[in-house]
Amino acid sequence: MRHIISLLLENEAGALSRVSGLFSARGYNIESLSVAPTEDATLSRMTVVTTGSDDVIEQITKQLNKLIDVVKVVDLNEGEHIERELMLVKVRASGKDREEMKRMADIFRGRIIDVTDKTYTIELTGTGEKLDAFLQGLERSSILETVRTGASGIGRGERILRV
Amino acid sequence: MELTGAEIVVRCLQEEGVEYVFGYPGGAVLYLYDELFKQDKVKHILVRHEQAAVHAADGYARAQDRKPGVALVTSGPGVTNAVTGIATAHMDSIPLVIITGQVPTPAIGQDAFQECDTVGITRPCVKHNFLVKDVKDLAVTIKKAFYIASTGRPGPVVVDVPKDVSIAKTEFHYPETVSMRSYNPVTKGHAGQIKKAAQLILEAKRPMIYTGGGVILSNASALLTELVRMLGFPCTNTLMGLGAYPATDPLFLGMLGMHGTYEANMAMQHCDVLLAVGARFDDRVIGNPKHFYNEERKIIHIDIDPSSISKRVKVDVPIVGNVPDVLEELLKLLKASKEKPDQQALKTWWTQIELWRSRDCLKYDRAAAVIKPQYVLEKMYEITKGDAFVTSDVGQHQMWAAQFYKFDKPRRWINSGGLGTMGFGLPAAMGARLANPKATVACVTGEASIQMCIQELSTCKQYHLPIKIVNLNNRYLGMVRQWQEFFHGNRYAESYMDALPDFVKLAESYGHVGMRIEKPADVEGALKEAFALKDRLVFMDFITDQTENVFPMIPGGKGLSEMILV
Repeated sequence: MRHIISLLLENEAGALSRVSGLFSARGYNIESLSVAPTEDATLSRMTVVTTGSDDVIEQITKQLNKLIDVVKVVDLNEGEHIERELMLVKVRASGKDREEMKRMADIFRGRIIDVTDKTYTIELTGTGEKLDAFLQGLERSSILETVRTGASGIGRGERILRV
Repeated sequence: MELTGAEIVVRCLQEEGVEYVFGYPGGAVLYLYDELFKQDKVKHILVRHEQAAVHAADGYARAQDRKPGVALVTSGPGVTNAVTGIATAHMDSIPLVIITGQVPTPAIGQDAFQECDTVGITRPCVKHNFLVKDVKDLAVTIKKAFYIASTGRPGPVVVDVPKDVSIAKTEFHYPETVSMRSYNPVTKGHAGQIKKAAQLILEAKRPMIYTGGGVILSNASALLTELVRMLGFPCTNTLMGLGAYPATDPLFLGMLGMHGTYEANMAMQHCDVLLAVGARFDDRVIGNPKHFYNEERKIIHIDIDPSSISKRVKVDVPIVGNVPDVLEELLKLLKASKEKPDQQALKTWWTQIELWRSRDCLKYDRAAAVIKPQYVLEKMYEITKGDAFVTSDVGQHQMWAAQFYKFDKPRRWINSGGLGTMGFGLPAAMGARLANPKATVACVTGEASIQMCIQELSTCKQYHLPIKIVNLNNRYLGMVRQWQEFFHGNRYAESYMDALPDFVKLAESYGHVGMRIEKPADVEGALKEAFALKDRLVFMDFITDQTENVFPMIPGGKGLSEMILV
């Protein structure tokens, strides 16, 4: 089953490689991983999307907790949560496609953030499924480039992950 | 007053009360060596290969309960050579601090001479590691290293010190304590869980107590012994846990696992309540977990590392905590309880166990015309009165030593259980001897393993370490040969040890005493003579039966009750 695991870790050189190294060393899957410093510059917040049986997920959280640089670990799937991902897509936008692209972006509540006479660059946020759906809605040949951040997750309501 | 980084490192070691640093100098650690040279509180032991430096520090850490072992190596090849030692310590949770030299910070990443990514290379085989880029962080980093290495589930910690950091100056202040928001190992176990455990123990009809290296590492042998004796339950130890419970006690069923005793493995399989303490149900211990599930039992698991619990085997009552703390609480509850375990059921269970024990699974041919390795170890046990520190390498000799030397005390049996590192025995024996300067220290090895760190005979000479090397020489990689005999149609691919040196002459050329023993009748006399030479290293080369196998044996993928018996 797919799980979103959130971590707070020391914002130190090598902390990221300890986490990614753990996943590869123990044969766990990483679907996506995103990380950036928090409002407290000494801490980074990481979101790892992984898949595995309950036993495997239990081991993953235990092993992550064991890393010295990891301050806190939460499996967001244990409660209500929100996830978002950012995608930038550069698409062909010339001739009759140009209007169609604009419309597609609007339907998915994307924003065109860069324009040339032949291309649009569209910014889109949402769940992974929404981003997938957008890409599927486009003509394959019109997609010039895509870049995705991987999911970020946060607990709903009063659920808070902090030190 | 400002001190250089090198001075700070040495001062930190002094503050930690480090007796010995095992190491090997090189370009990146010249300033550190210069400072070591100028003082005499911390003694340096010059090994002949960095792998041995870490194994020796490891042997030192295992053979006493006071402090971690310390090793010092240079950058690049110094580090890569040390990696086997570090991984060995990591697998067996041994507290070590390894200080490594690094090229100067501006040269890092430039493919400098003797540069390697030490933090990257050692990351998967340490408890933690640090690269110190600023001399101001040096003292607190070393403090953290000692703290992390020796608390919680212990392990090796690497501190990488670039050369320019060892020259740079700062005010020296060594913190008394250190706290880390990201590292707070638990000690006390959950009271409710301990209560549940006590209840299960009291209800047990066919109980079993199974303990591992955690009991030894946490110095909980006395508490474990008290618990086992109070309950009258059978007890087994893993390879890493031997000596945690006195092996000569009738409640002890011997080691369990792949080469464990019939009675220990059968009792494990057929018990109804299993108390696991500081052990991790690894593949060499319970074999195939699916087979282990064939019989129903309730499992209580005490361990300081939550990730060791329910990793291979699901348990019913997990207790995360420091073993002595938890055992103490458990003992209190059991003593206060009016209930007692069902004595009639226990008696029936013991009758069954004695029946298994009467199978005499460790028997071997005592009338053989060639030297049987088991016989050598039995005699060694008698002659040393069971009181030696015994290190071993890896293979058949290791298993026989574990089976035939009865360890009544913890920290006497020192071997590479997790990683299975050949070459561990001799350097570990050096560390064990330095930790116990008057003790008898024996290294049980084979002609293949000993050659993996044979150069340390030179270190032993330099520092007068009178280790007794018991070389069970069967001219084979014995354990490989055994598997090839059982599972590969007797095709002995590359397991024959050809072109062996004359070990007697070899020992002599290093300035030691060498003995070659070829007949069973000479075994006892040779051992007596060798162990009587208190001040000399004696290399005993026993020419043993080439085809002797280790029994019992659980083949890979099989279950505990599927042993091959002799």
